[in-house]
Amino acid sequence: MFNKDRWKEILEVLTTNWFRTVLTAFGVFWGILILIILLSAGKGFQNGIMVDFGDIATNTMFMWTQTTTKEYQGLPKGRRYNFKVEDVAAIKDQVPNLRFVSPRNQLGGFGGNNNVVRGIRAGAFNVYGDYPEYIKQDPMTITSGRFLNYNDINEKRKIAIIGEGVKRELYEEGEEVLGSYIKIQGVSFMVLGTYKKNSNNGDGEEGQKEVFVPFTAFSQAFNRGNDVGWMAITAQDGNSITSLKEKVMDVVKANRRIHPEDDRAVGHFDLYEEFGRIQSLFGAITFIGYFVGILVLLSGIIGVSNIMLIVVKERTKEIGIRRALGEGPWSIKGQILMESVFLTIISGMAGISFGALFIYGVNALLDSVGPVDMFLNPSVSLSVVVSALVILMISGLLAGFIPANSAIKVKPIDALRTE
Amino acid sequence: MIEIKNLHKSYKMGSNSLHVLKGINFSVKEGELVAIMGSSGSGKSTLLNILGMLDELDEGSYDLDGVEIKNLNETKAANYRNKFLGFVFQSFNLINYKNAMENVALPLYYQKVARKERQEKALKYLEQVGLKEWADHLPSELSGGQKQRVAIARAMAAEPKVLLADEPTGALDSKTSYEVMDLIQKINDQGNTILIVTHEPDIADMCKRIVHLKDGVIIEDKKVEQVRAAQYVQ
Ligand SMILES: Nc1ncnc2c1ncn2[C@@H]1O[C@H](COP(=O)(O)OP(=O)(O)O)[C@@H](O)[C@H]1O
Ligand SMILES: [Mg+2]
Repeated sequence: MFNKDRWKEILEVLTTNWFRTVLTAFGVFWGILILIILLSAGKGFQNGIMVDFGDIATNTMFMWTQTTTKEYQGLPKGRRYNFKVEDVAAIKDQVPNLRFVSPRNQLGGFGGNNNVVRGIRAGAFNVYGDYPEYIKQDPMTITSGRFLNYNDINEKRKIAIIGEGVKRELYEEGEEVLGSYIKIQGVSFMVLGTYKKNSNNGDGEEGQKEVFVPFTAFSQAFNRGNDVGWMAITAQDGNSITSLKEKVMDVVKANRRIHPEDDRAVGHFDLYEEFGRIQSLFGAITFIGYFVGILVLLSGIIGVSNIMLIVVKERTKEIGIRRALGEGPWSIKGQILMESVFLTIISGMAGISFGALFIYGVNALLDSVGPVDMFLNPSVSLSVVVSALVILMISGLLAGFIPANSAIKVKPIDALRTE
Repeated sequence: MIEIKNLHKSYKMGSNSLHVLKGINFSVKEGELVAIMGSSGSGKSTLLNILGMLDELDEGSYDLDGVEIKNLNETKAANYRNKFLGFVFQSFNLINYKNAMENVALPLYYQKVARKERQEKALKYLEQVGLKEWADHLPSELSGGQKQRVAIARAMAAEPKVLLADEPTGALDSKTSYEVMDLIQKINDQGNTILIVTHEPDIADMCKRIVHLKDGVIIEDKKVEQVRAAQYVQ
């Protein structure tokens, strides 16, 4: 089937009417081009959003205190309260399938006063009291030294892990960081590590300007007693935090004497649910890309099919002659199918290449104008290209199917009689 | 070689039906050169097309070289046409974008003969019809007589059991006609079975047997003394 004469004939047929062939090819070219562009735009949007999540473990929720909104056990509504260290143990105890329950305390914040001082330098940074597990919930790369460990927790060591952004503001270039001291609200901590995070929160700068100290040392140094500001809770793989969060909050409500139906007393942000919502949005965008692309492609395929019908009609007599000389029906069908697949694939490849060029151009443009909000690095994966080729192959066969059958539907003698 | 019994064929056109062949009984032995004669519309081509498996009979039986030709699927029919039969048409029916040699090689291609062997054989047959030097010419660059000789070479290339020619000289002037007949006689001399449809008596006289068709039946079937075409050539 795949011999030289076959290919020679296919080329002869397709090149006898260049203009017509190119016009036909354009339909398929356009369809695949649109498919590729839509899918890559969807991907760019997805990349743009995903970068905001950074590396954070998505099966995680954050939980903080708000004021109560219902009276309960003689306690008034509008009451302020704090999580306590015991709550952490109670949650771990009573809610199964949780991987990490990290209590956290926090100092400082956006645009606050300078709270960290080193010599004559100072800056306003977020300072967290944390447990060693936290690095697994919000992954960061330790660029020197180490992260917190349980000895730090148990011995309430006054040590700190600082972000690269903090280091830049408090240290000279090349100055030794590890072993040096910084003052956090007047209390000295020894720096034992530096970290870097993959950008989250868009600009990515804020994430590098954090200071982590042992939870216990934090509580002691800043007089938090048993209080816990908020918690980061991650479920085990195979369990979603969304399905476990009710139980977690019930434990907290019971411990803190909050009305069981007072849902507004405990604030939370469920990353998993948020992530799932965004994932399904991307799913929908990809689906629309395929749907629209394939519809456009379909009109191109119909064009090919139409032209193949005309080609078959024009060549009725020739096909009659070939059948009289003994060419089998499958050979004739095969040739028409191959012509159709060949035309489709060639024009599709042109569409894919042109689409790739287009994406390359857009990326170059994005690079030169700097990052755009919610859009990053539009691209198509190899799997998309492969599925586009498979779609083309199938389309070509479909496009050739009716013409191929019509070619051998007429009796040879009737085919010979046509002029 | 060919054996037909009580052959009927009608063409249906809407509600009308045109009964063209009304019970033909006829057989051809190996090595015969038969002319099928009759006035225009008498059903000569219809008969030849059925013999050539390009069309189907309505009633009766047809045996070709001991094989009953009946209800064949298209793959089988194509295979038989390719192996058993060679066609020559009035309008030559060469494929216009293929040169002489490629045209002659076509039936061999369908037999899946290797490319090189195909070309050698095609050249051999072109040489037999005296057109070896024209091998790489397109049909449009050949005269009518040359085209018909290419067509004959093509029909013979697959070494068929029977050569069927429908008015092979119908589109040619008399001098060229005799050249073509001379060629056909020579092929017959080598032992090939040939059937020619014609309405020209001088062409029929160059065969060895004349079958006369009228109103869908054979009215005469006689052996004749063959007139050699060679004497009219040059
Ligand atoms: N495909 C066809 N459909 C309808 N009628 C046909 C067809 N082919 C031939 N005929 C009719 O059948 C008769 C015999 O035709 P044909 O066999 O071609 O005659 P001949 O070759 O002897 O001139 C003619 O009347 C012709 O009009
Ligand atoms: Mg006729």
